[in-house]
This record gives sequence, structure tokens and C-alpha cells, in this order.
Amino acid sequence: MSDFAQASLWLLVILPAAVGGLLALTRRADRIVVAVSLGAAALTLALSAVVAFQRPSVAVPFMAGADFALTVDGLAALLVPTVAAVTLLVLVFAAGEIQRARARFHGLMLLFASSAALTATAATLPTLLFAWEIMGAASYALIGFWWRDDDRMSAGLTAFVTTRTADLGLYLAAAAALAGGAGLALADLPGGSMGWRHVIAAGILVAALGKAAQLPFSFWLSRAMAGPSPVSALLHSAAMVAMGGYLLLRVEPLLVSTGWAGTVTSWLGATTALLLGAVAVAQRDLKQLLAASTAAQLGFVVMAAGAGTVAGGAVHLVAHAATKALLFLAAGAWLTALGTQRLAGLSGVARRWPLVGWSATVGALALAGVAPLSLWATKDAVLAAALAQSPWLYAVGLVASALSAAYAGKILIVMWRRVPADRRADVEAHHEAEQGIGGVNLFQQLPVVVLAVAAAVLGVLALPPVDGLLARAVATGEAPRAAPLELGVSAAIALVIVLAVARRRVPEPRWALRWLGLESAAGLLVVRPTLWLADALARFDDRVLDRGVERVAAATLRVADRSARADDRWLDGAVERFAGWTRRLGQLARRPQTGQLHQYYLQAVVVVVVGVLLLVALR
Amino acid sequence: MLSLIVFVPLAAALALVGLPRLRDAPTRWAWVAVAAVDLALVIVVWVRYEKPAPGGLAFEERAAWIPGVNSSYHLGVDGFSLPLVAMTAVIFLACAVYALRERHRPRAHAALFLFLQSVSLGLFVAADLILFFVFFDLSLVGMYFLIAGWGHGNRGHSAMKFFLYTFLGSLALLVGFIGLYVAAEPHTFDMPALAAATPLAGRPLAGGLVLAAILVGLAVKTPTVPFHTWLPPAHTDAPAVGSAVLAGVLLKMGTYGFVRIAMPMLPQAWRAWAWVVIVVGVVSVIYGALVALAQTNVKRMIAYTSVNHMGYIALAVGAAGLVAADTTQARTVAVTGAVTQMVSHGLITGALFLLAGVLRDRVGTYDVGAYGGLAAPAPAFATLFAVGAFASLGLPAFAGFIAEFQIFTGSVAVAPVTAVALVGILVTAALFLRALQRVFTGETRGHSIGFTDLRPSEIWSAGPLLLLSLAIGILPRPLLDVIEPASAAVVDLVGR
Repeated sequence: MSDFAQASLWLLVILPAAVGGLLALTRRADRIVVAVSLGAAALTLALSAVVAFQRPSVAVPFMAGADFALTVDGLAALLVPTVAAVTLLVLVFAAGEIQRARARFHGLMLLFASSAALTATAATLPTLLFAWEIMGAASYALIGFWWRDDDRMSAGLTAFVTTRTADLGLYLAAAAALAGGAGLALADLPGGSMGWRHVIAAGILVAALGKAAQLPFSFWLSRAMAGPSPVSALLHSAAMVAMGGYLLLRVEPLLVSTGWAGTVTSWLGATTALLLGAVAVAQRDLKQLLAASTAAQLGFVVMAAGAGTVAGGAVHLVAHAATKALLFLAAGAWLTALGTQRLAGLSGVARRWPLVGWSATVGALALAGVAPLSLWATKDAVLAAALAQSPWLYAVGLVASALSAAYAGKILIVMWRRVPADRRADVEAHHEAEQGIGGVNLFQQLPVVVLAVAAAVLGVLALPPVDGLLARAVATGEAPRAAPLELGVSAAIALVIVLAVARRRVPEPRWALRWLGLESAAGLLVVRPTLWLADALARFDDRVLDRGVERVAAATLRVADRSARADDRWLDGAVERFAGWTRRLGQLARRPQTGQLHQYYLQAVVVVVVGVLLLVALR
Repeated sequence: MLSLIVFVPLAAALALVGLPRLRDAPTRWAWVAVAAVDLALVIVVWVRYEKPAPGGLAFEERAAWIPGVNSSYHLGVDGFSLPLVAMTAVIFLACAVYALRERHRPRAHAALFLFLQSVSLGLFVAADLILFFVFFDLSLVGMYFLIAGWGHGNRGHSAMKFFLYTFLGSLALLVGFIGLYVAAEPHTFDMPALAAATPLAGRPLAGGLVLAAILVGLAVKTPTVPFHTWLPPAHTDAPAVGSAVLAGVLLKMGTYGFVRIAMPMLPQAWRAWAWVVIVVGVVSVIYGALVALAQTNVKRMIAYTSVNHMGYIALAVGAAGLVAADTTQARTVAVTGAVTQMVSHGLITGALFLLAGVLRDRVGTYDVGAYGGLAAPAPAFATLFAVGAFASLGLPAFAGFIAEFQIFTGSVAVAPVTAVALVGILVTAALFLRALQRVFTGETRGHSIGFTDLRPSEIWSAGPLLLLSLAIGILPRPLLDVIEPASAAVVDLVGR
């Protein structure tokens, strides 16, 4: 392993972080920002290619007996260039779209890209958590990029707090790994003691489900759509959400080693693919539809991790990244051009800007699973493994892929719908929502086309002969391969469903439109009770604890006051009284001193008589 | 060397008081210069520091002081005290820079601060209980005058409450110290000697009582629930630099006492009562975070997050008392995390309090509801405050993460039930983001309109603290290399 490769791996993380950090803090130089940012992103892509071929590992001591370690294995070699490429394309797109506060936008995006690269290459739990939470924070800042809108800030807050809730699982997993004795390296986790291994697996599973927007955490992704479209294209398709699925693929041996985690994982993924697929079908807003579809597609990746096909999950992840980034960028282009992302306002949009339109069509067809486009093949690679695990799982996966054909079909229909002249006003009424600029520029078109090509052809990764090579590169074992019959069935389903959607309206049930009511449930069950408890405790703190201390102080003062009064009245009074008595005694003693001799004689006689009487009496 | 570090500020303070003709501007700069020189000296010590033998101290100095009770002027540093000494010097320098704009009696202000710096540094290098106690109480005196003289709002009451409450705590501490002295044979107040002798080893009742006295004293100062109620008013009414020192340095005197006095000198009692400490820690973590969530005053909010952050430390040192054969590494990690947290909290919360002071300086209120959209008129302020908030909520790449990760992994590995404290980092995340949103984003409204952005003295005081926290967060080894041997040593001592 050469020094050059190791340096490249460090640079892959440090370069975008440093450039991004500086850009995010500068407020001037908007003109050169784009050049610097694209240069850094391009260099990062080159570095990612270097590390993908050289597969270096680097480590420095970090904490808790673990290293800050990065390593590029087969899986990372696939993912790191994907993330770097999508980052570059999205930044090119953003160069044409984001006009204000460019430095902050590009800076945050590069910071995010750095943390995503670190997540993908992390070899120990502290390194992973380090990158993992920075991704979350960057995502918060990017979702709330237009910070003058309270609603977008709340969306960022929801995303950060929800994903951090799940992240607690990683803290727990790290503790369990330390206790389990096998160390904090990801590769060593399956070697921990059995009891702790369950905790590790559960913790990682929860964290991954949170980031991947799987049930029950999916709702944050819906809110996250408040961010700019390029942000969704990178974070909510190719990188951050994808990293949730990626983590499960990475720890697949651990999941297997527990006995239960694999099955649970695959069923959780399948459930999300199914339910969020239904949610996507019901959406009336393009970005919301894409968001739900992302969660559903990540469900297939999670299913793959649970069913043991690391290679299948990885290629699905890569193909989905290209496809979904493409669709988000197209949605962003239309949003800036027309000022709307509501499906009703996008009727016939593909006819107006054919290049973006045709690219998005390729993306939507791929998403639908139409052969021979990418997601058709990759999804079947996952489903083949599901079939090997359980026919029921396969069935659920098949229904979920039918749903993906339905929502992709819904997009296609809207894009290509001819709008009769008399209905045009209805469509354009939606364009008022936000002022559109009425055009799509070159910066926006180029990345979309590149991604469309990728979305079309990446399926070869999941088809013979490449799939065998890839499986050996990514994982140790061979996964079951999709049989021609399965491939044919799924292609037919996709086609039939897309055609059916073209003919009749799809149902849009309320529960699905509202994302299963997940956010309301979280608000009702978690947020509101917490805020209530916080208020109650704050009142308790003020009225009981603090007032208690004040009362003790006041009581001390009262006791002091009483003591002072008692001191005055009783102690000092007693002294004064004693003095008074003494004085009176003195006055009494002066009385006999009259100075008259006869009285003195009388007194002497009395004393003598008393003395004699005493003597007689005592005798 | 250590005496020099401790007494240079005091000498400067006396000089400032003794030179009545000095004008304001040179006074302020002289203060900055003295603080900078002191920091430079600390850096020299850090560079030349070599790990002492377990139980020993580096840069030791010893002179007869009160031989009648075997109390000597004994100074020294180890892996626990050195980081805190450095942190103290940094925070006082930041305060000196921040106070370049102080207009109210700057000479007395500077002298008082230099006095506080001396006693704070003295406390962390003291290796004798009486010396420790003297510095402990003098710090209260200094802070009392600072709040009463330069505070605002109901400052007299807050200063009095702070002083009396913590003074009462220090008395409990003194009772404990005397208990240790009486039990030791021969009687002594010397810290290393007491740690080596463990005077109350075979006497669970007496050991428990002495530990209780010490714990109550330290818990008041730290503060942990339920002894924390002096903290919010003291912070709210203290000047910005006062809050920064109070949170950054003075609170650490309590937590430092755990690892320096309670654990090594009373290991058996510590093990017996470890669960009490853990429970107090967990309650402080969750309670502090939740009460902070409900606050609408920025300074009170940060004050309660301090209760939360100090709770993590109590949790970790408590967990270190649960001795079992195969958890030595986990307990060491927990203690290392606790000491890292002391440094981290000092830097981050110090910066946050300095920044919060800007609110008061500009428009006179800390009320969250009075602001909105502040990022528009004050982008630098918004950026620094956001960085501070994320650092405080334990975001990786800042020191807080290094601390909390180790505290949690160590503690949960020893006692899985302490995982409930993880809720704390979630609530802190929510409360900081909520505050950021309310104050800095949205439409610019209320007092935000016409708000002046940070001035250089404000940027160059809070900024470096956050930068240092970033440096520790990314490259923790220089700090952890110092702390870890000391943690291992104290875990050994507790295991006796």
C-alpha cells in the first residue's frame, strides 16, 4: 500500500472539510466560490477514484482505546466514488441554481460530502459516529438553508433531532462493544461476547433505520423536503439517507452473527418499502413523492442487508443514488423555473424543457423498474436473496416494487400530459406559489443528462457477468442470483402497472397522503409530553427546590430575629434585672447609715440580741 | 514554576491596586498582558511536563506552612490538574480580552479578576487539603464581589445566595477534610500522603460519613441536583466575564474534587456509595436538560445545561466506583471522559456565556422572545453562537463529543442502566436548536432590529475558546495522553 494512496484517503476527507469549512465561514468572494467549490469536488472525485483502486487503510490513535481509522474495502470502493460523483454533479447544478449566500451553501455541501466520505470509509465505531453526527448537523444547516423561513428551520430541527434519537443507538453500540471485549473496530464487532453482541446489533440497527428514514422514523424525510432541491438530491438520495442502508450492509456479518437481526432487518426494510411505497403513490407534491420513494427504495437496501446480499444492496444503493439525484435535480430545475413542485402545476413540463424532460423520463422509468434500466436489475438482485430467505418476504418485495412502478408512473403521466388550451390557466395558477424564473440553464441541464445515462446503464452491475465480480469484491460469499423468470416477471409487472396508472387515477388515501400520521404521532407521544414535563420540572425547580432554599434562608433570618429579640428580652433583661436588684440592695443597705449615734446603738443592740438568740437556738 | 504561575496574577492585582494613577486603557491592556504571560508559563509547563509516577506529582514544590497540623504549602500537577490549569489560564485570558470594553471601574475589575485567577490556579495545583480549602473559599469571595459589584438585575441577592450557599458547602467540605485528618495516622492534610494511606479503609461508617460531608460540599459547588438552585440566578445576574469564569472554572472545582480528593482518599467508601453518585449524576443529566428546555432566558438556559453537563461527570466518576474484574478499561475511559468534559465544558460554556453577554450589552435582555431573525443584522454573532451551541450539544469535531462519547461508552459498559442518561444529549440538542431558531432565524423582529454585530474584542475572546474546543475535538490525543495515565492511576486507587 503506497504512501500516495494513504495520503489520498486522508485528503479525500480533509480536503472537502477544510475547503467547506472555510467557505462556510466566509461571507465575501461569491464570484470565486463556485470555482473553488467545483475544483474541490472534482479533486475529491479524483481522489475517490485513487482510493477505490488502491484500497488503502489509515489509522491514528483516537480515544477509548480505538483508532481514528479509515479503510477502503470493496464496499467502500463502490460507494465513495458514487458519493463523490453525485456531489460534483449536484454542485454543478447548484452553481446554476443557488444565487444567494453561495459561499455558505457550497461550504456546507462540501462539509457534508467530507463527512459522507468519512462515514463510508470509517473502520471503527468512534470514527463512524464522528462522521455520522456531522452528517446530521450539516443536513440540519442545509435543510434550514433559507433561515428566514421558520418552517424550514423547524424542518431542520425535526430532521436533526429525529435522526439523533436514532443515533443514540450508536452510542449504545459503542458502549456494548467496549464491554463486549472485542474492541471498537467495525470488522471485529461479530467477535464480541454474545450478550453484548445483541445490544451492538440492535443499536446499530436503530441508528441505521433513523438515517435511512425507515419506519418509524420516516417522517423527518418528509419535513426535510423544505430544503433546497440540490440538498435533497445529495443528502436525501445519494448520501445521507443512503448511508443508513450502507451501514447495515457494512455490518451484515454482525447481523448474521446474532441470529435474529438479519430477519428483523429484512422485514423492517420490506415493511418500509411497502408502506412508504403506498405513501409515495398518494403524494400530490413531486418532492414529497420522491422523498417517500427514497424511503421505500432504501427499504430494499435494508432488506438486502437483512437477507445477506451485500453486493445486491450496494448496487441498488448506487443505482438508486443516480436515479433519485436525477429526479430531485429535475424537480429543482422545474421548481426554480415555474415556482412550483405540486404535481398539478407540473403538467406537461417535459414538453416545455425536453432535455430535462427526457432525462427525468429515463429516471422515472428506471425508478418504475422498467427493463432494461438500472433499478429493474438491482432490485431483482435484492429480491432474489429475499426469496431465498422467505417466500413471504419476496411477495412483499414484489408488491413494493409494483408500488414503485405506480408512483413512478404517476410522475411520468404528469410530465407528459398534454394540457388543453382551456385548462392551462388551472395549471399556471399553481405557479404563483413561489416566483419562478421561467428558464432552465446549462448548469442545470448538464448534470441531469449525466445522471440519466448512469440511471439507464448502472443495471449492468447487477447482471452477469459483472455481478459475480462485484459480489467477490464486495463480500465474501456468493449471493443468490435472480433467475430469468424473476427478472421477466418483475419487468412485466413494472410495465403493466405503469400502463395501468396511465389509464386510471391512482387512489390517494388520507393516511398515505399524511405519511401514515407518523409526525403527528411523534408529536403526540414524544414531543408534547417532553415539553410538558420540561415545563413541570422547571416550575418544580422554581417553586419547590429554589423556594425551599429561599425559605430556609428566610427561616434562618427569622430564627436570628427571634434570637436577637430573646437575647434582648431574656438574656440581657436578666442581666439588667440582676443589676437593678443589686442597685436596690445597695439602696437598702444605705438606709441604716443615718449618721445618728443612738440609732447605731439600737442597731448594735438588735444585732447582739439576735446573736444571742441564735446561739441559744443553735445550741 | 507553579508558584510563579499562581502568584503572578496576584502580584499584578496588587500592583494595579497600588498604582492609583494608572489610566483605564493601560490597565485593561496590562491585564491582558499578565493573563497572556501566565498562559505562556502554563504552556511551558505543559511542554516540559512528564508523566509522574502513579500517585505522584510533577513540578512539585513544598514548603513548611502550618507544621502544627502537618499542613504544608505543597503544589504539584498531574494528568487531572494540568489540563484544568491550562483551561483556567485560557479562560481568564479570554475574559481579559472580552473586558477590553469594560467601562465600570476597570482597575478594580481587573484586580479582582487577577485575584480570582490566582486562587483558581492555586486550587488546581494545591496538594494540601488546607491549601485547597483556602483557595476554594477565596474563590467564593472573589466571585461574590464580582457579581455584587459588576452584575445587573437582582445582583445583591444573587451574589449573597451564591456566596452563602457555596460557603455552606465549603463548610461541609471542611468537616470532611478534618475527618480525614483525624483518621490519618500520622495526622496530615497532605493529599498524596492521604491518598497513599486511605485513612478510613476499614471503617465503613466513619468513611461513609466523611465521604458524605465531602460529597455534599462538592455537589453544592459542582452543582448537582438538588443543590443547583444558586446557579441560575448567579449566572443571570453576573456580568458576562463573571459567568464565563463561574461556569468555566469555578464549577470545575467541585468536579475536580471528586477525582482529586474523594476517589483516591476514600476508595472503599466511594465504591460503597458509587450508586448514589451515579443516580445523582443521571438525575442531574436528565433534570438539567429538561429544565433547560423550558427556559426562555438565554443565560438561565445555559446555566441549566451546565447542570446537565456536570451530571455527565458525576455519572462517569460514579461508574468508575463500580469495581469489577474485567471493566478496568471501561472505567478508565469513563474517568478520562469526565476530565475531558471538565475542560470541554469550560471552553464551550465559557464561550457561550461570553456570547450571551453580547445580548445584554446591546439591548439589555436575555429573553428569547425579545429577539428573532438576529442572523440578519449580526451574522458573525449568529455563526459563533451556532458553533457554540452545536459544540455544547456534543457534536463531533468538538471537545464535547470526545468527552461525552467516552463518558457514555465507559459508564454504560460498566452499568448498562446508565444508558437512560443518553436522553440528555437528545434534549440538549433539541433545546439548543430551538433557542437558535427563536433568537437567530425567521423574520428579523423585536430587539434584533438594528442589533450591532460582534466587536473584535468579543470575536477574539469567544472565538479562540471555540477554536480550541474544535482542535481538541479533532486532535484529542495531546490532551488525552495527559489525562489517560492519571485516569488509570485513579481507577487503580479506587480498586484498592
